[in-house]
Amino acid sequence: MLMKYLFAKNDEIPAGSATIFFGFSSIFWFVVGTGLGSFNAAKLAFPDWVTGTELFAFGHMRQVHVLAVILGWISMAFGMTMMYMTPALGNTKLWSEKLGLWTVFMWNVGLSLGLILLWMGITAGREYSDLIWPIDLVVIFGVLLPLGINVWMTIAHRRTQGIYITNWFFGACIFMLMIVFLVGNSPELFNLTGLTEAYLTFWFAHNVLGLWITPVAAAIAYYTIPKLTGNPLYSHRIGHLHFWAIIAFYSTPASHHLMSAPLPEWLKSFASVEGVLILIPAVAFVANILLTMKGKWSMFVENIETKFSITGVLLAIPLNMQGGFQQTRAINWYVHGTGWIVAHAHLALLGMSSFLEAAAVYFGLQSVLRRKLYSLTLANLHYWFFIIGFCIYWISMTIAGLIQGAGKIYEVPYIDVVVAEHPYMIARWAGGTMVFTGNVIWLYNMWMTAREGTIVPAGRYAHELAYER
Amino acid sequence: MGFQQYRFGAAAIGLMFGFSMCITLLGPSNDFRSGVSTWVGLDKQLSLGRVIGFSYEDPLVIGDGKPVTVILDKDPKTGATYDPPIRAYVYEPGIKFSPGVNHNELLGPGVMELSLNTGKIGQADMSNGAVFTIAQGEFNGEEVDYIVNQTAVSGWQPGQVLKAAGDENHRYVGKGKTIFITEGCWWCHTLLPEQTQDWQFFGAPPFLGDMNGEMPTAFGSDRKAPDLLHVAARNSSREWMTMHFFNPRLVQPNSIMPRFDYLWGKTDINGKSIDYKKWRSDYTAYVNGQSIYPPEVPEPARDSEVRALMDWVLTSLR
Repeated sequence: MLMKYLFAKNDEIPAGSATIFFGFSSIFWFVVGTGLGSFNAAKLAFPDWVTGTELFAFGHMRQVHVLAVILGWISMAFGMTMMYMTPALGNTKLWSEKLGLWTVFMWNVGLSLGLILLWMGITAGREYSDLIWPIDLVVIFGVLLPLGINVWMTIAHRRTQGIYITNWFFGACIFMLMIVFLVGNSPELFNLTGLTEAYLTFWFAHNVLGLWITPVAAAIAYYTIPKLTGNPLYSHRIGHLHFWAIIAFYSTPASHHLMSAPLPEWLKSFASVEGVLILIPAVAFVANILLTMKGKWSMFVENIETKFSITGVLLAIPLNMQGGFQQTRAINWYVHGTGWIVAHAHLALLGMSSFLEAAAVYFGLQSVLRRKLYSLTLANLHYWFFIIGFCIYWISMTIAGLIQGAGKIYEVPYIDVVVAEHPYMIARWAGGTMVFTGNVIWLYNMWMTAREGTIVPAGRYAHELAYER
Repeated sequence: MGFQQYRFGAAAIGLMFGFSMCITLLGPSNDFRSGVSTWVGLDKQLSLGRVIGFSYEDPLVIGDGKPVTVILDKDPKTGATYDPPIRAYVYEPGIKFSPGVNHNELLGPGVMELSLNTGKIGQADMSNGAVFTIAQGEFNGEEVDYIVNQTAVSGWQPGQVLKAAGDENHRYVGKGKTIFITEGCWWCHTLLPEQTQDWQFFGAPPFLGDMNGEMPTAFGSDRKAPDLLHVAARNSSREWMTMHFFNPRLVQPNSIMPRFDYLWGKTDINGKSIDYKKWRSDYTAYVNGQSIYPPEVPEPARDSEVRALMDWVLTSLR
């Protein structure tokens, strides 16, 4: 069906097609990404489990898990939300449905190719920018540029006077991500070496997190929460405080990832101070959304999309409290390189960000398909598998990280740390597997929604209807 | 139309983002430029070659197109002995030089001048190949290490040096680091002792000039296993490493490291094919207490991936 539309006239493509393909692609990649995560975790807990083949070696799969989740699930869910939120907020239609479909096509092809090559070991050898540079160029010019053009042109052709905060984030973040990809991959493109390469690797890693994954996830909540609750956003001005604080402060702390590398000390101190300033946009965001919920808190319990969304917002509180302080010298020396950081990374991507995107994908697919969710029971199962699995993962890895931290400062032989961590490695695997199971349920539920969900009458929202099943 | 918020907004985003790029990119680039290559930095770039990972010369990332490090105990031309032995970095014809040879400013002030004037690296020609060594000299009263192009200075030819040293003195360092990258060793083993508390166990953190010309640095961020930057200084036994790579639980029962037996390939050093199935069942019998000794670990073939990996670990990580 995608193939048919790729070569159709733009006017003949039904509105929302790009949203639907993006939405299902993102859920598919979520299943793949968390499945790989669960498999990898099993290998850390039971090293002799699947052994003897290069194909299923931990070192060949770890980066595939990371990039499938970041570029597959999270970024495609962003693409999906951009395809339906940007036009809705501009009171117009998507600038080009056809370009949107080409974007999702290029994205799936490019990412699959890149991940297969990575799995085979064809890598740039740089964390987070593992993809080889030809694939990076596909991402920049085949995926991000068309996505950006579509979003920017839709904003330019809006039929509202102002630009809502969500669209500010969408437009700016795509632009910044393109720059980040170009600069971050310049060591591969121009063979920059040594400390420059090391620094740019983490410059890239930080900015993908700080200028794409967390702010766009927050931008999504600025749409979903007012839309679901019917309350207007508490303050658009505080939203702008969030937006401008991200641009000004959070594009600078890259070197706090390399606090113990031989980088210039002024750079580390600067990054550390700027890193604490994440609390300004973070408090602005959380307060703004939670105040928007005023009078509608029952929806946190009763409405599945709100449940996902608010869970994500609440997880932003520990996320930013950890994030703001763990990168200062006072704390970083203890937790750097330990499981604590792994727990924190999953709190950002699997906790805060993924819950917000899941809410937006649930809501968006129902709105665009004009069908009510197939089964609330399955959606609740998904939610509880997701949140319990995530909490098991997060807590066990945090404990493991504190053990590692103590081990390194008290100079415990490393193997004793490995032994002490073992129960938490098993817990990590169990938690990850629960998340994966929940996502399989979600894919089934969404598929059945597209086929058999109750049709939503014109002029109504899916979440206003009662469940019939 | 008076005030247009998107125009103001776009300009403000450009200004703020541009400002932060100036601070985070332009600022440190000045500091990075001042890094003077140390012996470690020169050794790394000369033994690793132009780039590790995906590249024109090695598109499948299997370690093609890399130089060979050889340990020389006597001059291949005059026969004069070296005590202790020295390292020579052999670039056969067509192998791309390490970044500092062509982009001399990467070497840092002092090292660049000596390498060009005394070491004659400007005369190195890729189509004929070259042999490099590292020498010590003085520049403006400071002791620095610099690169010597022995092909230009002493007339050493790559093939001649390789032959004089013999296979037992060849170290496939560049290929070894390629294996380290593709097999994902660095997902658990960092190459970055921390400045705060790692001195006791993992040794000194790297210096500013320790990685000029190295790509990628592969510091790693998630330490699930010991740091390896100085591992060969703690344990330099090839026998121990052979067993540990084949099955880490032969030497460390509680290790969670994967088995890297597949890096041995099909045959051992004598050309005998390796029976992995039998080895695993014998090992299972040993684990279950049915035999007293574990099965013998096959000795890796000369061109096996694990030999290159051990070459890199034992030669570079000191």
